[in-house]
Amino acid sequence: MTQSGDVKTLKIDGRDLSARADETILDIARENGISIPTMCELEGLSSPGACRLCLVEVKGSNKLLPACITRAEEGMEVTTNSERLVNYRRMIVELLFTERNHVCSVCVSNGNCELQALGQQVGLTHVHFPYRFPKEEVDASQDRFIADHNRCILCTRCVRVCDEIEGAHTWDVMGRGIESHVVTDLHDAWGDSASCTSCGKCVQVCPTGALSEKGRSVAEMHKRRQFLPYLTMMREGHE
Amino acid sequence: MNGEELQRIASAALDERKKFDYEVNVCMGTGCLSQHSDHVRDSLTKAAEASGKSCHVRRTGCMGLCAAGPMVLIEPPLTEQAEVRYGHVHESDATEIVDSLGGEPIARLNPQLEGYFKGQHHVVLENSGHIDPEKLDEYVEHDGYKALIRALTEMTPRQVIAEIAASGLRGRGGGGYPTGLKWDTVAKANGAQKCVICNGDEGDPGAFMDRSVLESDPHRVIEGMLIAAYAVGAQEGYIYVRAEYPLAVQRLTAALREARRRGFIGKGICETTFNFDIDIRLGAGAFVCGEETALIASIEGQRGTPRPRPPYPAVRGLWGEPTLINNVETYANIAPIIRKGAQWFSSMGTERSKGTKVFALTGKVRRTGLVEVPMGITLRQVVFDIGGGVPDGKKFKAVQTGGPSGGCIPEEYLDLSISYDALISAGSMMGSGGMIVMDETSCMVDVAKYFMDFCMTESCGKCVPCRVGTYQMHRILNAITTMNGTAKDLAMLEELCDLVKHTSLCGLGQSSPNPVLSTLRYFKHEYLAHIEEHRCPAGVCKAIAEGERV
Repeated sequence: MTQSGDVKTLKIDGRDLSARADETILDIARENGISIPTMCELEGLSSPGACRLCLVEVKGSNKLLPACITRAEEGMEVTTNSERLVNYRRMIVELLFTERNHVCSVCVSNGNCELQALGQQVGLTHVHFPYRFPKEEVDASQDRFIADHNRCILCTRCVRVCDEIEGAHTWDVMGRGIESHVVTDLHDAWGDSASCTSCGKCVQVCPTGALSEKGRSVAEMHKRRQFLPYLTMMREGHE
Repeated sequence: MNGEELQRIASAALDERKKFDYEVNVCMGTGCLSQHSDHVRDSLTKAAEASGKSCHVRRTGCMGLCAAGPMVLIEPPLTEQAEVRYGHVHESDATEIVDSLGGEPIARLNPQLEGYFKGQHHVVLENSGHIDPEKLDEYVEHDGYKALIRALTEMTPRQVIAEIAASGLRGRGGGGYPTGLKWDTVAKANGAQKCVICNGDEGDPGAFMDRSVLESDPHRVIEGMLIAAYAVGAQEGYIYVRAEYPLAVQRLTAALREARRRGFIGKGICETTFNFDIDIRLGAGAFVCGEETALIASIEGQRGTPRPRPPYPAVRGLWGEPTLINNVETYANIAPIIRKGAQWFSSMGTERSKGTKVFALTGKVRRTGLVEVPMGITLRQVVFDIGGGVPDGKKFKAVQTGGPSGGCIPEEYLDLSISYDALISAGSMMGSGGMIVMDETSCMVDVAKYFMDFCMTESCGKCVPCRVGTYQMHRILNAITTMNGTAKDLAMLEELCDLVKHTSLCGLGQSSPNPVLSTLRYFKHEYLAHIEEHRCPAGVCKAIAEGERV
C-alpha cells in the first residue's frame, strides 16, 4: 500500500472516495452528498447506533452495519441504497409511526418534524402495520417546556445532550422494550426535577414534537440546533 | 500455596473420608432443596448418630436427575458396593437408608435411573453430587486447583492459550466462539489493565446448567477464571450472577472467601507474582444483561443495554479495557483441559464441536434434569435413551433448544447429532443448553407466541426493530392463536421476522424471530390450520372474539 495510514480510500455506491481514519461511513457520505437516512444520530453527540436507519451493506460482511459508527476502512465497498435497505428503512419508519401516537395535524412540530421528513425521505405512503394507540402522558409541569410522550420515538438525543453537553443527566430511559420511556430524574415530574437547569437543549435536539417550548401552537415549534456544533467546536478548541 | 501443600490438603481430606465406613450424599441443589432435601439430610444425620454406624452425611450439589428429587447417593469406594442412588427420598426414609448401609439397597427407593446416567459423560459435572460445594478441601481432593498450579508453575501464558486452542473448546454460552481465539485476542490487546468476566446471567426459560455448576462446584469456575486471567494477563475479575440464584451466590461467596483465605485469589497467588481478585456482581433480572456488552454496561453501573460491536469487549470492554468474557460452563471446562491435556478433550465430540455439553432437559419427558453428554450424540439419544421419552403414552412432537434465540426441532431431525453447526443448520442453535421437549399436546404457534412474549418483554428497547418489531410479531401471534389471524398477518409476520433478524442491534434482537422461523419451517400446517380452519390441531388455542381481552 502506498497510502499513508491516516487516509483511507473506499467506494460508496460505486464512487471512489477518500476518508480520514477517524471518519465514519456516514461522515464521508455526507461530505460527498450521499444521503443516508438517520434518526438517533446527531452531530455533536455520541452515536448509539440504535435507530438502525443508517444500516448499509459492506462487501465481505454478512451483517448490515450502521454507517454512523462504522469507521471507513481501506478498500471498503459500501452500498447505501439497495432495494433491501430501502425496504428495511421504510419498515423501520413505519414501526416508529405505529409505536406511539403521531398525529401530525395537531402536533406543534408539524412541518418541522424529523420523523415526518423521514417518512417522506424513505417514500412512505401508508403504514401497513397496525397502530398501537398507547395511552401516553403529557408532562407540562416544567415552567418553560412540555414533554409529550405521545410523540417520543426514544431516539435518546435528549438523554445524551443533557448528559454529554449540559452535564446535568436529568433525562434517562426507564422500563424495558416497548414499555421504555424517557424520564426526568427518578421518574419525577419534569417541573420537580432537582437536576434540570431549564437550559432547553433537550427540546432543541428533539426530532419530533415530544419536547417543545410552551406557548407554541400547531406547526409553530421550530427547533434551533445551531448551538450544538458551536459548543462542541469551542470546547474542543479550548481543551 | 504450592504443589506440595496442595498434595497435603488432598491427602488430609482423603484421610478424613477414610475415618468413615459409609458416605451418604444428599443433593442440596435448588431443585432438591425445594423438595426439602435439607430435612432429609438432618434426619439422615440423626439416624446415623442413633445407629452408631460410622457414616458421613454430606451436603452436595446437583446429582442431575431433578425429576426424582430429593436425591441421595451412597458413595461406592468406601462401601465397596456399586454406587446407589435413591430418588424421592422423604425424611421418614432416613432410618431405613442408614440401616441398609452395608446390605442390600432399598428397592422401593430406587427410581430405575440406570438409563439416565448410562449415556452421559461427566466432565463439567464430574464433582457435582460428590463433593460439598463449600469445602475447598474436598475440591482439592478431587484434583482441584492442580491445573492452576500446573499452569502457573510449568506453563507460560502462551502455552496455556495454545493448549486451550488445541483442545477445540468453543464458548458454551450460545455463540460457540472458539475459546482459544478469544483468549488470544485479549492477550494480544493493548491495555494497562485487563479484566476477566464470568457470565452467569443464565436467563433462558428452562435452562439451569450454570446455576447447577455454580451451586455444585463453584471452585471449578473460580479455577477456570484464574487460569484464564493468568493466560490473558488480567488482574481483576467479576462473576456476574443473576440475583434470582441466591443459593449460587451464597456458595460462590463462600467459595471465594475460602479461596482467598488459602491464597488462591489475591496477591502473589500460589507463591508466584500473579495477582488476581474476583468480585461478584448481581444481575437485576434483565435477560438482555446476558449479552456481553449489556453485561459490561451493567457491571459499570449503567443501564444494561447492548452497544454495537465492534469494538468487541476483547479490545474494549469493561472500563474501556480489554476484557475476556466467557460463560460459566466454559470456565468449568478449563481446569480439566489443563490437567488432562488438549488431546484428551479433543478426543471427545465431533470434528468442529469438541468435548461435552451440559443440557437442562425439561418439558414433556420422563426424566427431567441435568444431562452432560459428549458432542455428537443424537437428539434422539438424549430425549429417549437418557430422558426416557415422552410420558403418558403421548407422541413426541418437537424439542426446543437454545432458549428464546433457538428453535424447535421436529421428529424427522431427531437423529441429528448435537453440534453447534448441525443445530444451526436445523434452524435452531446450541444456545446455553436448555432443551425443552414437547409432545402432541403442545401447539407450536402457542409455543412461538410464548417465546415472542419473552423476547418482547425482555427487549431492552434501545433499537427500533427489536423494540417495536417484537411487539408487532407478538400481536400477530396473539391474533393467530385466538383464531383471528389472516393470511395477510402471516405474510406480515414473515416480513417482520426478516426485518428484526437482519437489522436489530444485538444478538437477542437478531435471534428473537428464531422460534417463529423454525416453527414456520417445520409446522407451517399448524399456522395454516389456525388461520384457514380456525382450529388448533393440538387443542390448546381457543377462539376469542377480536377486541376481547385475554
